[in-house]
Amino acid sequence: MMRDPGLLARDAEGLFWMARYLERVENLARLIDVTQSFESPGFEAEAWQGLIRINADEKTFRERGFSFDATHVKRFYLLDKGNATSVPGSLEGARTNARTLRPLMSTEMWRQLNMFHRFVSRITPEDLEGDALSRLCTKIKEGVQAHTGITEGTLYRDQGWYFYEIGRLIERADQTTRMLDIKYTAILPHGREEKRVAELTQWNAILRAAAGYHAFKRLSRAQFSPEDVVQFLLRDPASPRAPLLCVRRIESHLDDLRRHFGLVAGEEAMELAEVLRELLLEKPISHILATGLHDYLDVVQIHLQELAGAIGRAFFRDWRPETVPVSQLQIQTQVSA
Amino acid sequence: MGGKTWFTNAEVLDETSLAVALGAGAKSGGTGLRFDLPWVPYSHFSRACAGGCGLNEIFRQFGSEYDPGRFFCELTTPRHGAGPVPQQLVERLQGIGLEALRARASAAENDLIDLGVTFTVYSDATAIDRILPFDCIPRILTAREWDLLENACIQRVKALNLFLGDIYGKGHVVKDGVIPADLVYGNTNYRPEMRDFPVPHGTYVHVCGIDIIRDEKGDFRVLEDNARTPSGVSYVIENRHLMLRTFPDLMAGIKLRPVDDYGRRLRAAMAEVAPGDHADPQVVLLSPGIYNSAYFEHVFLAREMGVPLVVGADLVVEADRVFMRTTSGLKPVHTIYRRLNDDFLDPEVFRPDSMLGVPGLIRAWKKGNVAIANAVGTGVADDKAVYAYMPRIIKYYLDEEPLIQNVDTHICREAEGLKYTLENLDKLVTKPVGESGGYGITIGPRASKEELETVRETILANPDNWISQPMIGLSVGPTLAEEGIGPRHLDLRPFIITGKESWVLPGGLSRVAMKRGSLIVNSSQGGGSKDTWVLARDFGEGEPA
Repeated sequence: MMRDPGLLARDAEGLFWMARYLERVENLARLIDVTQSFESPGFEAEAWQGLIRINADEKTFRERGFSFDATHVKRFYLLDKGNATSVPGSLEGARTNARTLRPLMSTEMWRQLNMFHRFVSRITPEDLEGDALSRLCTKIKEGVQAHTGITEGTLYRDQGWYFYEIGRLIERADQTTRMLDIKYTAILPHGREEKRVAELTQWNAILRAAAGYHAFKRLSRAQFSPEDVVQFLLRDPASPRAPLLCVRRIESHLDDLRRHFGLVAGEEAMELAEVLRELLLEKPISHILATGLHDYLDVVQIHLQELAGAIGRAFFRDWRPETVPVSQLQIQTQVSA
Repeated sequence: MGGKTWFTNAEVLDETSLAVALGAGAKSGGTGLRFDLPWVPYSHFSRACAGGCGLNEIFRQFGSEYDPGRFFCELTTPRHGAGPVPQQLVERLQGIGLEALRARASAAENDLIDLGVTFTVYSDATAIDRILPFDCIPRILTAREWDLLENACIQRVKALNLFLGDIYGKGHVVKDGVIPADLVYGNTNYRPEMRDFPVPHGTYVHVCGIDIIRDEKGDFRVLEDNARTPSGVSYVIENRHLMLRTFPDLMAGIKLRPVDDYGRRLRAAMAEVAPGDHADPQVVLLSPGIYNSAYFEHVFLAREMGVPLVVGADLVVEADRVFMRTTSGLKPVHTIYRRLNDDFLDPEVFRPDSMLGVPGLIRAWKKGNVAIANAVGTGVADDKAVYAYMPRIIKYYLDEEPLIQNVDTHICREAEGLKYTLENLDKLVTKPVGESGGYGITIGPRASKEELETVRETILANPDNWISQPMIGLSVGPTLAEEGIGPRHLDLRPFIITGKESWVLPGGLSRVAMKRGSLIVNSSQGGGSKDTWVLARDFGEGEPA
């Protein structure tokens, strides 16, 4: 009586991207919040420029007619619907995907996303001023967290859920590397790295932004080093936002897709995930810091992009069956007829 | 008219309904008559309304006077079978009170926005998601009225399918002189590709929406057949759910025919027409995608049916078979419930520029490897030129009188119709059959002498191209409005599903013109909708109390 409904390749892609966009929204809110705490008197603009740089948005920012001051950067990310990497822009992307996915989503998911979308589209310039900004960031984070919670409790766990999860994990791993990167771009961009990492208050702010502050305190010695923080943020096997944990879960999801749903095309993606896991583990953090954390994070980001590309090739748009020729599919049809 | 869906922005009422609309509007300022209908005395009424007051008088307490004028009121005009229900309803509305009604109605509309129960209106550069305005005062149909409507719809669909089978087959109906050949074979919606291609169970019109109005006398009339891809059924079901959530106290204890079965029935019909004998054929719903104004409905139906919603790019034809692209490769598809016009289905056969369709789809279909619902080429049957002949078509195939008549239509290509039309130009609505979008319509009573003279000459120059109809006043229903509760015109679109047999969703979509005096019920023109209640059984029909 029960049947395997399968999953349209387009819907798998939609789920993957909807999750990515929403994760991006949450992390943007985290990044904006932490950037505000990096403001120091007289250097407000520098702190906000760092945000533009780690998102590689310099070109778009200029094209949209903004200038490099705090107000404009905040508006670029929180008000500018024309900026695809803004909170409203990403949420628009999530909702457009959700519209195509509506047949697969729970009504609760759809309703919350609609309401969240409406909330974000009504953000005003006043909401970005002074203490209002931090409250706004909290509300945006909570909007995504409500989505995640509703999804956890209502989305049917067939293969679609795995693609949703994989999209979210790839984006989260990427965003955590950017969160780490902001420490470098925002402050003392020309000084020695060891000097920069000495600024513990900033590390604390990043730990808070990555929701790891208290866990880190519990794990670390009284005197912790920057290496400890980077180790925790990148490699802690139990920290939900650490790229290592994200990659391990992606590997496990790809394996489940193969074993439980017969999706055998993911070999390349599995291999890339393994390479990425090794990249995250192989070198001592002190070595990474010595040779340049920023460059290392760039490499991690590129690997994540390649992994996403391999998943796309395997399951989404351009995939054609290689193992099952069409002639065989026909035979199956005739047999079942 | 361009496309039969009515959620598009471009669409104005087609000529038939426009004529009716304008006709009724014309007389609204006139007569001052109240109830020139035979007033049916009804015991429930006289008991509940001591002192002889009617339901109209109760509504007066909501603000301005409730006066349906000479139109049939779907709630307050007494009818057999409705028993105490109209009275109950009015009293319950009274109990809620105008302010609370407004508050709840507005909460209900917010609910629709949150749920994204919207259609999209496109203007030059923007796309706005709008809700279909919902009116919380339901429209009631008695069980007996529904019997008539249901049977009439089934009769009409039967005739439409036989007609289509005939004109794409031997063409008896033309050879026997029932309908002129050029109206059929010269029709732009006639698809020669369909000739000599029999479809399973002879069903061409798997989903039909028939627009029905009620005239001043309370008689139902068919205004239009929608045999291509009729929209609106999702609102029937959503409206009921909304009523149950928001106004449970209005409905309490009133037994109604349920509307929840539509998706299951549709899926079953789609399975019935699938080729081969698959135990569980793969049905899909083919949508033009998220930018289509009726996309919400496509989603709704895909969910209710439990089938994938696909767009053209999801489907591929290989070796004359249709497959959908899934994460694990190509998966066979057996029935396509398409919500895409004929033109766009297959760029190899129809519009070569169509990006929405599936190359090779028609080839696969003609090989008998896939079913398409509705069939290609049904547009000829719901064309307004053919509409005029529907009573004869029903008689021809079924040897029955239509259970519900057309709006009277005079066909000018026939001597009698021409004579009548020319003699009554000042009373009739005249319209060319070949035009769409309301072009060339003349409202007799509103036209000047000169205009009528021009019409006369135009008709005489080519009578074949003309029909005329009287003006009809659509019935009204009490509707929450600026002035309180006021009469608003409405129509009814029942939906008929046909696989092997026909099934009619109890009720249908009651579209209501939200503006005073307006007869435009289209969503894109500010029209709204009401929940349509079909009483599970009638009162006072000889059953034990």
